[in-house]
Amino acid sequence: MRAFVLDRAATSVDAIGLGATSTSADAHVRSPTQYLAGGTTLFDLMKLQVMNPARLVDISGLRAEHGRIVALEDGLWLGALVRMSEAEEDSSVRRDYPVIRDSLCQAASPQLRNMASLGGNVLQRTRCTYFRDTTYHACNKREPGTGCAALEGCNRRLAVLGTSGACIAHYPGDFAVALVALGAEVSVLSTDGRERTFAFEDLHRVPGETPHIETNLVPGDLITGFKVPAHAWTRRSRYVKVRDRASYDFALASAAVALDLEGDVVRAVRIGLGGLATKPWRAHEAEAALIGRRLDKASAREAAAAALAGAAAHGDVAFKIELGRRTLVRALLETQAMEVSA
Amino acid sequence: MDITLNVNGRTHQLGADPRMMLLDVLREVLGLTGTKKGCDQGQCGACTVLIDGRRVLSCFTLAALAQGEITTIEGLSGEGEPLHPMQAAFVEQDAYQCGYCTPGQILSAIACVHEGHAGDEDEIREYMSGNLCRCAAYPKIVAAVKQAAPQLTERG
Repeated sequence: MRAFVLDRAATSVDAIGLGATSTSADAHVRSPTQYLAGGTTLFDLMKLQVMNPARLVDISGLRAEHGRIVALEDGLWLGALVRMSEAEEDSSVRRDYPVIRDSLCQAASPQLRNMASLGGNVLQRTRCTYFRDTTYHACNKREPGTGCAALEGCNRRLAVLGTSGACIAHYPGDFAVALVALGAEVSVLSTDGRERTFAFEDLHRVPGETPHIETNLVPGDLITGFKVPAHAWTRRSRYVKVRDRASYDFALASAAVALDLEGDVVRAVRIGLGGLATKPWRAHEAEAALIGRRLDKASAREAAAAALAGAAAHGDVAFKIELGRRTLVRALLETQAMEVSA
Repeated sequence: MDITLNVNGRTHQLGADPRMMLLDVLREVLGLTGTKKGCDQGQCGACTVLIDGRRVLSCFTLAALAQGEITTIEGLSGEGEPLHPMQAAFVEQDAYQCGYCTPGQILSAIACVHEGHAGDEDEIREYMSGNLCRCAAYPKIVAAVKQAAPQLTERG
């Protein structure tokens, strides 16, 4: 790990003041100043020398300000510095937003969830081997313009949706998939002190020709929290995760589903996909295919086909297209079968 | 930089590079080598310690930011004292082979019980999944956690 200066922020005003010291980088992940919360992604990548920030701003002191879970009349507020384990144990999350709880308690390990913040979790970076191993020269995400070793390499864990000729790295997280499905919003504090709130679905970007620009955050931006709107479908919601190991592993494919049913007919449905795409993926086409229809194996298969219709396979990752379809079918039928109390 | 650490009931003041992780300070500076360095990459759980009772990975915790009461394997029972019930259960169940992951397993197991996640064998397996054992002593680890759980709940 390269040397760095460690600063501590007591308030978000302190934090953005320190964050504003280097805002010229072309992507927030490439800024020489990085916010430090749980450290579970940042120290991982710093030890690998994939990220080499010169300054860390410890924001754990902001927990009083941005570390609360608040059950609102019209939804749920999750502060960015809430730890994953705190959100997973929260009673209103368990009762009213089961897909969020499912996504958290199937992620990482209990130790990592005790450390990692929700804000940091959504910004975790790809597990693509060529990104993480600096002995490989070609990685457009790590070093723009160097190429992509994964296109012709070991790529069975990578993405089939949202890829480009420059990058097929997958977004590895779970919680963010639940957030996109539920139509959450993210609040961000800029270095000028202004707070903006926008659709969480618009936080991450597909790689296109600039895979090193992973989000629509700019250097110095600080995520303060997430607002999850309450709807008829939030209680009937579920996260299904398929992985190589039974526990403590990243998704090969996952699906977050929230359903509003009238009998077996779909009034509304929200679908997020994980492990399959370059960003937390909202499956709008699959949702549209189900509205007003009876939900059964046949209609679930049609929806799953629509969700993966745009998939592109490179080498070993091809199996994920069928795995993704089957994961979504299972998630839809399991969500339908949930017993939901009034 | 100046760092103050509370470890196993003792306060230590020391100077260290800001880069130093709690794991390295425990082992290299304080001589508490019970906490093990496995992967040093947040993946294996061998470096698990408790901070205010919460299990965390000391390889991803900056020593400079490690506030609270830190408990390592050395802090579970003093010289000449009986073993902590979880340590005793690991011995009785023979829940290790090489023993390298064991300190992390034991601290993680204590937290697992106190979190209320040791209800049955499936739950123990799930909530102990962050501690890898390359000797694959898993069945006996599960048995040890199951054995010690009621005693820990009584101790509070």
